[in-house]
Amino acid sequence: MTATGSPPSDRPRLDDHPFFHGFEPEFLRRLEPAVSERTLDPDAILFREGTPARAFYLVRDGKIALELHSPGGPPLTIQTVGPREVIGWSWLVPPHRWRFDARALKATRLFAIEAGPLRAAIDAEPLQGLRLLRQLLPVLAERLEMARVQVLDVHRR
Amino acid sequence: MSIVGEAAPAAGSNPWWPTPYRVERRVAETGDTVTLTLRAPTGTAPPAFAPGQFNMLYRFGVGEAAISIAGDPARPTELVHTVRVAGKVTESIAGAAPGETVGVRGPYGTGWPMDDLPGRDVVVVAGGLGLPPLRPALLAILARRERYGRLEVIYGARSPKDLVFYDEVQAWRRRDDLRIQVTVDAAGRDWYGDVGLVTARLPDARFEPARTSALLCGPEIMLRLTARALEQAGVPPERIFLSMERNMKCAIGLCGHCQFGPDFVCRTGPVFPYAAVRDRLDRREV
Ligand SMILES: Cc1cc2nc3c(=O)[nH]c(=O)nc-3n(C[C@H](O)[C@H](O)[C@H](O)COP(=O)(O)OP(=O)(O)OC[C@H]3O[C@@H](n4cnc5c(N)ncnc54)[C@H](O)[C@@H]3O)c2cc1C
Ligand code: FES
Repeated sequence: MTATGSPPSDRPRLDDHPFFHGFEPEFLRRLEPAVSERTLDPDAILFREGTPARAFYLVRDGKIALELHSPGGPPLTIQTVGPREVIGWSWLVPPHRWRFDARALKATRLFAIEAGPLRAAIDAEPLQGLRLLRQLLPVLAERLEMARVQVLDVHRR
Repeated sequence: MSIVGEAAPAAGSNPWWPTPYRVERRVAETGDTVTLTLRAPTGTAPPAFAPGQFNMLYRFGVGEAAISIAGDPARPTELVHTVRVAGKVTESIAGAAPGETVGVRGPYGTGWPMDDLPGRDVVVVAGGLGLPPLRPALLAILARRERYGRLEVIYGARSPKDLVFYDEVQAWRRRDDLRIQVTVDAAGRDWYGDVGLVTARLPDARFEPARTSALLCGPEIMLRLTARALEQAGVPPERIFLSMERNMKCAIGLCGHCQFGPDFVCRTGPVFPYAAVRDRLDRREV
């Protein structure tokens, strides 16, 4: 490493992730100081249910299991999140606490964007904020469909 | 397709009359699902079938149920059916031990559009017991693999223990001339695969939408979501084929039990192009 650090081109950029394709460069630059990279070993816990949702995570590669715990029962994976996908919206919606555990199923690399600065950026640039919400809504819609499928238990004839 | 021996008179002179087949093999797939291999009466062979067709299976004193043909079209002497216990008829069929008799009439219905597939990418999406009706089509494609473009399979089940044809699916995973993604609705920690809807796996499937034909079989909600997602991805709706199940009684277009809008599923189905059923699928109680 040199005194000035790695050249900027070496740093993975947020707009490498499909979730942020098409966002204004200005908006992404505003987020940059809040972005970090995370690497998880297989089985490592990213966060636990009920803890503050302090970041928005975007999976670059690997796989994360979202798990629910019921008292006395074994944990149940309700969804896996893989490359090009994102994890949840609890960081956006009060009370800003995770509704499930997130655990790496294999070695996983993520972008983490701090929730506070991300929410501030959304407020400061409503058009980009709206775009972000529109990207996030299909994630929510899919989770709802999934819940419907699980409740209806559709594979039973 | 070659047939060995003389065809059994299943759908012959009296279309209501089942032919007695003998259970040769019974394999438990899951806690409530078995695969039966049936043998035609001595000196006869099961009638030729097209992938996607079904038979009416009969148990004496209990009743009849429509069950898709799940066997390999290249092995015409073996009639293979995978049955999940849903009620008293399926319970009796699934409980048939080797040596016992199951009545068979058929095959009935339209099959998958096998003639439409050569030269095209093929996307196969199966939910739960949707895999057995698709298996003959998959085996036929794999037998002449060079005639087709890419082959992408997405298979979803309720949980890992509800996956059927597990060993075969594992063997398909090892092939490099097809890609298969398996996903379940929910799982414990012993499952390292995907959890989520089959539609969530579509972005990872590799196909050229405009030159793709898709074959879908599974719960109706899954058919609707998947067909919609495929159309959005650019697959022509007349090239998306769904197998629609409706309760059957006569299976020969007489009783109206299987009515689905203007169609009798036993006659014009169970396989329909999405373009023909889209409006009906979006309405309830059709
Ligand atoms: C074209 C076609 C292909 C089929 N292929 C297979 C197959 O390969 N393997 C298999 O296990 N089953 C298959 N089925 C479903 C099977 O026919 C039914 O599960 C069976 O008729 C139920 O009969 P039963 O007396 O055991 O249960 P019933 O007591 O009649 O029914 C039990 C429950 O199952 C529901 N049910 C009945 N028929 C159907 C149906 N057709 N679709 C969905 N739910 C139904 C009933 O509403 C009820 O809730 C197929 C059905 C059709 C129409
Ligand atoms: S089952 Fe009788 S008309 Fe179709």
